[in-house]
Amino acid sequence: MKVALFVPCYVDQFYPKAAIATLELLEKLGVEVHYPKNQTCCGQPMANSGYEHLTTGCNNLFIDNFSGYDYIVCPSGSCTLHIKEHLHSPEKEDQAVSIRKKVYELTEFLIDILKVDHLQARFPYKVGLHQSCHGLRGLRISQMSELVAPAFSKPAQLLDMVQGLELVPLGRQDDCCGFGGTFCVAEEAVSSKMGKDRVDDHIEHGAQYITSADLSCLMHMEGILRRQNSNVKVIHVAEILNHHSHE
Amino acid sequence: MSNITEKSHAELAAAFNKDEPRVDWHDETLWWVRAKRDIAAHKIPEWELLRETASQIKNNVLSNLSGYLEQFEANAIKNGITVHWAADAAEHNKIIHTLLNERGINRMVKSKSMLTEECHLNEYLKEHGVDVIDSDLGERIVQLAGEPPSHIVLPCIHKKKEEIGDIFHEHLGSAKGESDPKILTETARQHLREVFLTRRAALTGVNFAIAETGEIVICTNEGNADMGAHLAEIHIASMGIEKIIPERKHLGVFLRLLTRSATGQPITTYSSHFKKPQQGKEIHIVIVDNGRSIQLGREDFRNSLKCIRCGACMNTCPVYRKSGGHSYHTAIAGPIGSILAPNLDMKKYADLPFASTLCGSCSNVCPVKIDIHDQLYKWRQVIVKEGYSPTAKTIAMKAMAFTLSSPALYRSGGKVARLAFKYAPFAVNNQLNPWYKHREMPKAPEQSFGEWYSKRKEGQQ
Repeated sequence: MKVALFVPCYVDQFYPKAAIATLELLEKLGVEVHYPKNQTCCGQPMANSGYEHLTTGCNNLFIDNFSGYDYIVCPSGSCTLHIKEHLHSPEKEDQAVSIRKKVYELTEFLIDILKVDHLQARFPYKVGLHQSCHGLRGLRISQMSELVAPAFSKPAQLLDMVQGLELVPLGRQDDCCGFGGTFCVAEEAVSSKMGKDRVDDHIEHGAQYITSADLSCLMHMEGILRRQNSNVKVIHVAEILNHHSHE
Repeated sequence: MSNITEKSHAELAAAFNKDEPRVDWHDETLWWVRAKRDIAAHKIPEWELLRETASQIKNNVLSNLSGYLEQFEANAIKNGITVHWAADAAEHNKIIHTLLNERGINRMVKSKSMLTEECHLNEYLKEHGVDVIDSDLGERIVQLAGEPPSHIVLPCIHKKKEEIGDIFHEHLGSAKGESDPKILTETARQHLREVFLTRRAALTGVNFAIAETGEIVICTNEGNADMGAHLAEIHIASMGIEKIIPERKHLGVFLRLLTRSATGQPITTYSSHFKKPQQGKEIHIVIVDNGRSIQLGREDFRNSLKCIRCGACMNTCPVYRKSGGHSYHTAIAGPIGSILAPNLDMKKYADLPFASTLCGSCSNVCPVKIDIHDQLYKWRQVIVKEGYSPTAKTIAMKAMAFTLSSPALYRSGGKVARLAFKYAPFAVNNQLNPWYKHREMPKAPEQSFGEWYSKRKEGQQ
């Protein structure tokens, strides 16, 4: 199985630990992981701002970097969803279609493809799971509360395999954190209020860590937690799943 | 009563957020309605099938709209109803004024109709010397306050009961400081009773117009549409062209969905059918286009016309809950309003499709399965292409796209950014950075993942 690791631009630059944990975790599970080193960004920041027509360069670069693999795995639901829904190329549409089918967010890859049912990980803390909207409603890695349908959550299923970890219940299980890409600056007031309320829900329920399959939400909530000088920390789900027992 | 403003959603939302306890109260109130909706929906095992059925019935309607409209008109006329066609808001308002004028009527009672809000009928009639009283309690409150509704189902959801008490004290003579909802409701009831008894004309909206029978169905909790329409000599019903459903049996699907989605009630208190006028009285139906056929022609946005105006997308929307209906500066607020309004005026409402995180909750509560968040994304593309995006944003996006298309530029750019975060925090942590107002910037790590990976590879060799 030849797997390419897709590391979103902001994870590469600001949260390398999450990408390292993803890589190590996949290798631990026996996967041959390749990191195409010329990768940059999926193009979502432009597209969600209404400039999808400017993403041709990003799209072609993505196709060049990620063609020919069995799977493409990414530690971000949002970027995965963008590729799944919006990767197009007039010149290389066949390759784009193939990539769109092969790209997976990390937790869905672990559950659906690798069929992981146990992990050697220990994380003895109270953890709040933030359901990132694009992973939740776009990729359906968990069941959203709006639908009348059986509940499930792939990230929670994996976190349940971690020794010592206690998932805390939340008042609102899947309300948005308010990041929303350029929304976080264009609609600064509403965005930060949404983030603040989300963070409060985790704190009120005793979370020591807030985790998610998406770092963009965590980056947003971290910004609020640090402004409040809170002891609560954010951590990407890969870092928990890869947390060695001796740590 | 229109909320005429040049301010954007972001500016109006920022003003709304200056009073945080009020934002919390607004958010909690609407979340409570959303929670009631969830409970009601989960009691119906076939809920998702109902949504799908409703969606398909409405798709069929939109694909055969002209035929159904003609069928509806023919049957309504057969029933003794007079049918008028209005191409736009101006024509709609003129038809209604003419009907009143011809009969020498200068006072009218009106039950809830978002279409008349869209057409600014109240202002138009006021200018022409006709006094209109809204009889829906929430609408009456905002009318007395001189404000537009902030929600399509709960028009005065932004007002606290104490504020309503003050309005009633000023306009209806209730005791000063009275805020007991029961007493305030009774005050409104007494006031409206007189209105119902003395108005010769009543205007209502339409929830469903049945092509098969030529009848209209109006759903209210207060019975105010019935009170108005039954007591008046002339009942005028305004409806958008998309209100059609093909057959009476389809009502069973929509009535089960409508209020469960809206408020969590199993059904509205009154679901009233109007088929033919009483002896000596008249029913007139005004069928309004006002941009709807243009929207029908927009492939990506046509199914926004499936909307049955339940407001579920507003209650679930975190941006609506935390910014208030008035920040949308249009008759229909919230996610659905943000995909309808740009069709009417793309320049004026260019900000609305951006007033969303694209979280997608709206599309999944929608009882007729409108892909609202996908349409918000698509409107963003249209608005930028049509040139309604700020120039500075376009320049920034072009620079970003250029950098991210080149691995070398991306790597050096990333390094510069991380160095700046580390050694020149004032460059990013300042008043010019909206992120920094309420949030710290991420800490810059020593190296990027790419740099770490290269070193690791060298180490392995």
